[in-house]
Amino acid sequence: MDKVMRLASEKGVVLFSKSSCCLCYAVKILFQELGVTPTIHEIDQDPEGREMERALMRLGCNAPVPAVFIGGELVGSTNEVMSLHLGGGLIPLLKPYQALC
Amino acid sequence: MNSPSTQFVPSRRMGIYEPIHQIGMWGENFKSNGNPSASVIFEVDNKLENESETASHEMLAPSNKHDQEATKPIDKIQRRLAQNREAARKSRLRKKAYVQQLENSRLKLIKLEQELEQTRQQQGLYMGGGLEGGHLGFSEAVNPGIAAFEMEYGHWIEEQNRQICELRNALNAHISDIELRILVDGGMSHYFELFRMKSTAAKADVFYVMSGMWKTSAERFFSWIGGFRPSELLKVLVPQLDPLTDQQILEVCNLKQSCQQAEDALSQGMEKLQETVSATVAAGQLGEGSYIPQVATAMEKLEALVSFVNQADHLRQETLQQMSRILTTRQAARGLLALGEYFQRLRALSTLWATRPREPA
Repeated sequence: MDKVMRLASEKGVVLFSKSSCCLCYAVKILFQELGVTPTIHEIDQDPEGREMERALMRLGCNAPVPAVFIGGELVGSTNEVMSLHLGGGLIPLLKPYQALC
Repeated sequence: MNSPSTQFVPSRRMGIYEPIHQIGMWGENFKSNGNPSASVIFEVDNKLENESETASHEMLAPSNKHDQEATKPIDKIQRRLAQNREAARKSRLRKKAYVQQLENSRLKLIKLEQELEQTRQQQGLYMGGGLEGGHLGFSEAVNPGIAAFEMEYGHWIEEQNRQICELRNALNAHISDIELRILVDGGMSHYFELFRMKSTAAKADVFYVMSGMWKTSAERFFSWIGGFRPSELLKVLVPQLDPLTDQQILEVCNLKQSCQQAEDALSQGMEKLQETVSATVAAGQLGEGSYIPQVATAMEKLEALVSFVNQADHLRQETLQQMSRILTTRQAARGLLALGEYFQRLRALSTLWATRPREPA
């Protein structure tokens, strides 16, 4: 849990993912399209991966990955990211972290 | 014994019918041959036919020859007895071979029936163009979850048609916004109900939901991850909603863009999933003939498909909800009516297509 919270509170956009997860890949693509490069932690390649997975579940995400944090705050999983985006709320959150083209 | 002998020809297919006739003949032989001697004559084969006929002919010769028989030397009688025994032995062997072949044919039949059942289960998915194709029958034996879904969907369509009529009448009658709001909320809930049904069905058979098998052919043509594409939906709807305020135009524009971006992300995720499954199935040497580990691993990857179908439906639901937020009640009612009739027209197109005059082959 500590590791997850420590990594999550890093500045910017943090994404917990699994290298084999295609839905995580979709979220990565979305951030790419929005001009954002999130800090990605592939928990299946982390020695403490199982712990991290349990911690993420305890935070309330119904699936451990993908899990998105922006500015230390939990945004949620794919559902929440999509809802936020369609509602127009995602881009304002990402603005400080968008790459300047 | 002058009954014509039946040829026992081993059939290249299953040979089920000839042997059955054969059994009857054996039965007849037992009954009709009232030969007092211990050995019974079996008349089965062309090769032995002459022999046995000769033997029986001699045994049952007309009485004016009987005296001649009694005066024949003993060794000739013994030779005939030996011939009979030989004929009987050979016939027993043939009977044994025939029974063995019957058994094999029976096992083959069982196996073929199983394969046919499997093929029927798979092919059932490709039969019919939606409800009018009438393929409801197939799923009952196979997947109760899908059978239940198909039945519920039938009711969903009926309710949908009723709601469309009600909306049309309400808009023409210029009823109050409050009453209209009730119809709009009802329409929205109805779509959300469909997404819930699809989610349950996806757990029963995700491929079924993915391929939109419950829909008519024209609807399926536009299918994207098991349903309509939200951005397409907006393209159809927006022209129907004029006049929109500037603020509304801006918000609809933003919604279109974010919808498109979300769709692209999901589409690319799906492509990645296809690549992953393909690579898993093709792992190792293709052509070896043994591939259970590859197929088993691919099964695990397919689980992700359920998430994608759910995500796509979530996107559809969000799009509808956002539109409802952006539009006035009256506009939302017009929107739902337009959307409903659009799908009705697609279903009509499917029916027209299915019943088009075919050119003679």
